[in-house]
Amino acid sequence: MVSVFLENENDAIDREELYMIVYENVSKKYNDVTVVDNLSLTINDGEFVVLIGPSGCGKTTTLKLINKLIKMDEGTISIDDKNIMNIDAVELRRKIGYVIQQIGLFPNMTIEENISVVPKLLKWSKEKCHQRVCELLELVNMPYEENAKKYPNELSGGQQQRIGVLRALAGEPPIILMDEPFGALDPITRENLQDELKVLQKKLHKTIIFVTHDMDEAVNMADKIVFMSKGKVLQVASPEEMLNKPADPIISNFLGKLSFSPNGNDLTCADVMKKKVLIVPETKKTLECVALMKKRELNSAVVVDVNDKFKGAVTIENIREHGKPGEMISKILDTQIETVMITTNAKEAFDKLIETKADYLVVLDRDKTVAGIITGSSMTKALASVVWGEEN
Amino acid sequence: MEMRFVWQHLYLVGVACVFTTIIGLVLGATAYIFKFVRPTILWVVDIMQTIPVLALLGIIMIAFGATSTTVIIGIVLYSLLPVVRNTYTGLENIDPGIKEAAKGMGMTKLQRLFRVELPLSFPIVFTGIRIAVVTSIGTAVFGAVVGGGGLGSTISRAILIQDMTTLMQATLTLMAMAIIFDFGMGYVEKRLNAR
Ligand SMILES: Nc1ncnc2c1ncn2[C@@H]1O[C@H](COP(=O)(O)OP(=O)(O)OP(=O)(O)O)[C@@H](O)[C@H]1O
Ligand SMILES: [Mg+2]
Repeated sequence: MVSVFLENENDAIDREELYMIVYENVSKKYNDVTVVDNLSLTINDGEFVVLIGPSGCGKTTTLKLINKLIKMDEGTISIDDKNIMNIDAVELRRKIGYVIQQIGLFPNMTIEENISVVPKLLKWSKEKCHQRVCELLELVNMPYEENAKKYPNELSGGQQQRIGVLRALAGEPPIILMDEPFGALDPITRENLQDELKVLQKKLHKTIIFVTHDMDEAVNMADKIVFMSKGKVLQVASPEEMLNKPADPIISNFLGKLSFSPNGNDLTCADVMKKKVLIVPETKKTLECVALMKKRELNSAVVVDVNDKFKGAVTIENIREHGKPGEMISKILDTQIETVMITTNAKEAFDKLIETKADYLVVLDRDKTVAGIITGSSMTKALASVVWGEEN
Repeated sequence: MEMRFVWQHLYLVGVACVFTTIIGLVLGATAYIFKFVRPTILWVVDIMQTIPVLALLGIIMIAFGATSTTVIIGIVLYSLLPVVRNTYTGLENIDPGIKEAAKGMGMTKLQRLFRVELPLSFPIVFTGIRIAVVTSIGTAVFGAVVGGGGLGSTISRAILIQDMTTLMQATLTLMAMAIIFDFGMGYVEKRLNAR
């Protein structure tokens, strides 16, 4: 079996291998306080695992044990069947991407230099480093020419954390650790970055261990959620399973605290809709519109008139089949889109979504401008509070 | 007043400050990295400043005689404090997020120091160097006592022969020197901090 930690980079990133991370009876104490308590956990190759739980439950500690930023007192952690105790800490860290809430970009280095830190440590050639930077910036739609020579303080918070993520990806590590990476960002940027990260992970097939204390975020991203409390794992389950069958009152309590309203039935569309919608004016040309959709990795866009009032929607397939280059999208607009008002009860909206078998509903404000959309995943989001509602 | 003494003075200060900077950076970084020597280093540089300059020069003279070497060593010991302290404080106060990122990415201690931590604390270190330079200009005056030359000799001779004109000239020159260095380096400092 080829190890992850071979000198040869090509072998190290050979995706045929399994990079399973296994915790066995791991404990960590500070003075006499046990903060990670006899924890056993298996994380599979390519899995997106979210560690969640109340503040102080030991999530960060559990995460930092993997890259030896914290030393455990008892138990073993192995990656790819190798005990991490037998791997040099510096070598280990170069093979594991690390993203933190404070972002931690180096202010004295340009974006390009920041991203190439690990490749340089791994002694990649200049050309290979440069190529990697271009390729990574491309991934998040931040063109090299515009961004590479800037310093971190010239970027917005969201852009900075995008670079933080790229910097972690740069050395092609099979594993990435993320400690509340989006915690300091505003909700909309946060949602955007979550979607981007999910797309990246699918594309690159990385094993990601992601810490958060936000259930929405966990449900949005995770293949597997690990719920921790007081240093112990209470439940390991898929998002749906955890929402439907929380294994412990602490978990249902935690889900409840995150709900938007005291009763699931009181939720309105405003509470559950996605605000990240691509809105284009009907005068846009077909090709421009396709370019925009590609850039945002969306396959449809909501179309509005000059006064921002809702007109209809277009999909990428629709434009490909019927659109002619240079033509305005108003010509091929689908006006038969189901809509709901922002004040509509969420349950009603979900019923309508299921009944009409539509992919999404467009949520309108009172003045007929577009407020957001409701999709199948908005329903999962709403589930958290419904669970809570049943508790009472 | 002979210009020769002005140049001599600047030479003493210049050479001393190069050594102060190098030694100060090394000591400051050592205090930062090695916890067990930290109190000792900070204590010693602190104590150094409480010894009267003349006494300090006298002690050094026993080893190096009445030469400019003695004066330079004296100036270095006397002006280390601000450079050591600022280096240590600068390194210590770097955003913990940045330090953690550097460590978590697999940089060794020295890589972290040279590629991230020292560059980031440079503005604060530079403030320390400025203070050291300005102090040295005054300290170097005592060099005359141990035969080091510089404007100190001009002043002591002028006092002896009661030459008020030369005394005033030398004093004003010293003041001008201190002010020029203070402002000049202060300007650079502002530019560094603005980045
Ligand atoms: N260096 C330390 N010394 C002593 N106690 C510590 C130290 N680091 C963490 N702890 C304690 O260990 C416990 C777990 O900390 P940890 O940072 O892993 O929690 P967390 O789940 O990440 O919390 P949060 O959501 O607030 O980030 C906390 O009670 C914390 O106070
Ligand atoms: Mg934490």
